[in-house]
Amino acid sequence: MTTTSALYDSLVKIVGKDFVSDQKEERYFYARDGGLMPPHEPDFVVMPKTTEEVQEIVKLANREKVPIVPKGAGLALTGLVIPQRGGLVLDMKRMDRILEVNEKARYVVVEAGVTQGVLKSYLQKHHPHLRHSIPDSPPVATIAGNVVIHGQGRLSQQHGFNSDMVSSLEVVLPTGELCHIGSCSVSSYWFSKGPPLPDLSGLFLGWFGTTGIITRLGLKLYPCKKMRDVMVFLTDKADLVPDMLLKLSHTEMIEDVVVSAAPLPLRFRGTFWIMAYITGDSDEELEFKRKMVWNALWEYFESRDLGFLSVSPDMKAPLMSMPSKDTSRFADVSKGGGFQYAGPITPIEKFPAFIRKLEEVATKYNVFYASTTRLIGAGHCMMFSFSFSFNRANTDEMARAKKALDECSKFALEEGGVLWKADIYEQKLLMDKMDPNTLVLMKKVKQLLDPNGIMNPGNWEVK
Amino acid sequence: MQKYVSQIHRCFRCGYCKFPTDYSSFNCPSYRRFRFDSYSTGGRLWLIYAWLKGEIEWSEHLAEILYTCTTCKNCTEQCPMKFAPDIVDWIVGARSDMVEKGKIPPRVARFFEAVYGYGNPFKQLRSDRAAWATGTKKYASGDEYLLYVGCLGSYDENGQKMARSLVNILNASAVSFGILGEEEECCGNEIYMLGETGLFQNLVEKNSQQFKELGVSKVMTLCPHGYNTMKNIYPASGGNFEVYHYTQILNDLIKKNKIKPSRAKAKVTYHDPCFLGRYNNIYDEPRQILQSIPGIKLVEMERNRRDAFCCGGGSGNFVTDLLAGSADSPARIRVREAYETGADTLAVACPSCLTMLTDAVKAEDLDDKLTVKDISQILKELLSAK
Repeated sequence: MTTTSALYDSLVKIVGKDFVSDQKEERYFYARDGGLMPPHEPDFVVMPKTTEEVQEIVKLANREKVPIVPKGAGLALTGLVIPQRGGLVLDMKRMDRILEVNEKARYVVVEAGVTQGVLKSYLQKHHPHLRHSIPDSPPVATIAGNVVIHGQGRLSQQHGFNSDMVSSLEVVLPTGELCHIGSCSVSSYWFSKGPPLPDLSGLFLGWFGTTGIITRLGLKLYPCKKMRDVMVFLTDKADLVPDMLLKLSHTEMIEDVVVSAAPLPLRFRGTFWIMAYITGDSDEELEFKRKMVWNALWEYFESRDLGFLSVSPDMKAPLMSMPSKDTSRFADVSKGGGFQYAGPITPIEKFPAFIRKLEEVATKYNVFYASTTRLIGAGHCMMFSFSFSFNRANTDEMARAKKALDECSKFALEEGGVLWKADIYEQKLLMDKMDPNTLVLMKKVKQLLDPNGIMNPGNWEVK
Repeated sequence: MQKYVSQIHRCFRCGYCKFPTDYSSFNCPSYRRFRFDSYSTGGRLWLIYAWLKGEIEWSEHLAEILYTCTTCKNCTEQCPMKFAPDIVDWIVGARSDMVEKGKIPPRVARFFEAVYGYGNPFKQLRSDRAAWATGTKKYASGDEYLLYVGCLGSYDENGQKMARSLVNILNASAVSFGILGEEEECCGNEIYMLGETGLFQNLVEKNSQQFKELGVSKVMTLCPHGYNTMKNIYPASGGNFEVYHYTQILNDLIKKNKIKPSRAKAKVTYHDPCFLGRYNNIYDEPRQILQSIPGIKLVEMERNRRDAFCCGGGSGNFVTDLLAGSADSPARIRVREAYETGADTLAVACPSCLTMLTDAVKAEDLDDKLTVKDISQILKELLSAK
């Protein structure tokens, strides 16, 4: 194996000395994320600018059998970009070009480091009638990072996971070859990640960078209506929430449906906020959709199981913002700079059981909780977040929050949910429960693509 | 300031601090320059916390990371947390601890040594402080304003041009004012931001005492940095006088028809100085001056007002230059942004911005396409042309 200093020199030759660091400060910061997973330092942080540089780095790492962890903003909070075995962290955010917007085929091609915020701003300025599915993570989250963990966003109720909206991939394989996935493998158009070809995007999406490094991707864009509004409903009947969500989804007129719950402010404790977002190109369209939403939920108004909350402009503004800054603010509830959530993907019918579990666990471990549920697809499933904030200066509180999360994850799995962006321990829980033949298939895929096991080792490791 | 020790762990490193309001690009000058997350505000706060906890040792690299922050306050504007207004104080607090331990970057140490020894960061002689000001009246009791020129206006070539232009305009407008000349002391804004609290206090006391003895009731500053410290920090130490930035005075004179600029022909874009804009919410006056000039077409850069991209000169970086040496240096990015507007003139209202951006225009080879001028210079040329 090459010495550390020789490796450093080789990396400098590829990306230039300004974009490689083996200094303690960078190794410290890139060893951790904002969640509760234990840190582990990389040996180097490297910032490539081009696909060719990524290829050179990967070839070098594969030759020297050095681990590589590709990283966007590191906002999954479950330690997915913590380099469990050291090696290189590739900060992809210098690959930040928006390469093409195809208005007529409604897709954009971006480099892997383009952030959600920059793409949103770019589309608003240059293509105001198009939009992408913005997640609630902060704007520095990258498009590639979000799809590789099967993130969700504002358009997930209509169009599924954000990874379902990928419309082609360019990937550097763990052995250094460049590979195009989807329509861009046979055409200059990036409109489909699979169909009508075999869909190979599944070899990379959801694998947390363990099978290759996405360097470019196509992403589907959707019509951006001129107007947008949110209707807020309140209920204290958790058992009725699944049916309410299904009825909203049945209208096929909702942009996004989110349910939130938190113990504060006290006047809202025990109630669930159901937020239905609607869009329109005219007042008439918006009004019609409002009416349809009212009609869908009317029986619950009549039975007094549901109420409508008239929100002031001050209250409405944070609900309407994309991304929502309130998501980050939750980290400061304990005045301590931390929160993490377990976000199982699960059938909607599990809402009542999950909300009861959340409240039970928060009481048991004396931690502050919140929950956000987002409908995915036409009610096909939901992401239910068990969120706990903690104070980073209080190790006892951090330990309690971690126990609370672990218990919720186990519960969700037992209830038939599938853990989202699972940390390395949750991945083990998943794999312990997985069909053994599925595990064998995963192992074969991994071995085929990454024979030396250099890609984000520790994650999706089938023993 | 020391509050930071018990609060700094509250940063969630969510990264909003890197952006302007519309998320169109990265707006943290040091993050934009270096691109490692360690150079963003979140990175800095996490590293300071690690240093406080003993998880990392002090190093020159850590100190450099801290001192490449220009204290431009973009992070304060964008951070969604309740502690946002305190972020700059936390960084200054950590710097202050480094200063106390004598562990600062050599360039910062030289900055302090120059101010200790010479009263300015350029190591220029005190006797030369008023060399630019031949014929300018010294402040005397009864003058309405003390024109506080500052170190850049006194010694820097670009700053001196700016100071001379302002004096000419004030004289032409019959404003009652005077300068301190060789008796002027450094305002201390950069000293404060760099964390040398002892020296800063000393400068505040000297200046406040001198102003008091002279009976100064109104101070007009050439530089937004001096304006900021005298307006916001001096009062806590007994400074008792009104403070104006010169653009406020000139704008008022224009409104009262005491200044009537002749017609110009220029397309101008204006760069908001951080210590005028984000620190003191003065966005309109400089623009109103430019808009009052017949024939000037004012165009905005994409990032303006509270979203303006810092030139990289704050926190003494106009001397220490810790962000230089790259096409990604903030000043070079900013002049490219100015050039993209189609403007032929980049107007500023700060001697630090003037010198940073003037150098950047040369580095970008835009000399014959874009001219950097202070608002005082633009106005003075038009008064002369009458």
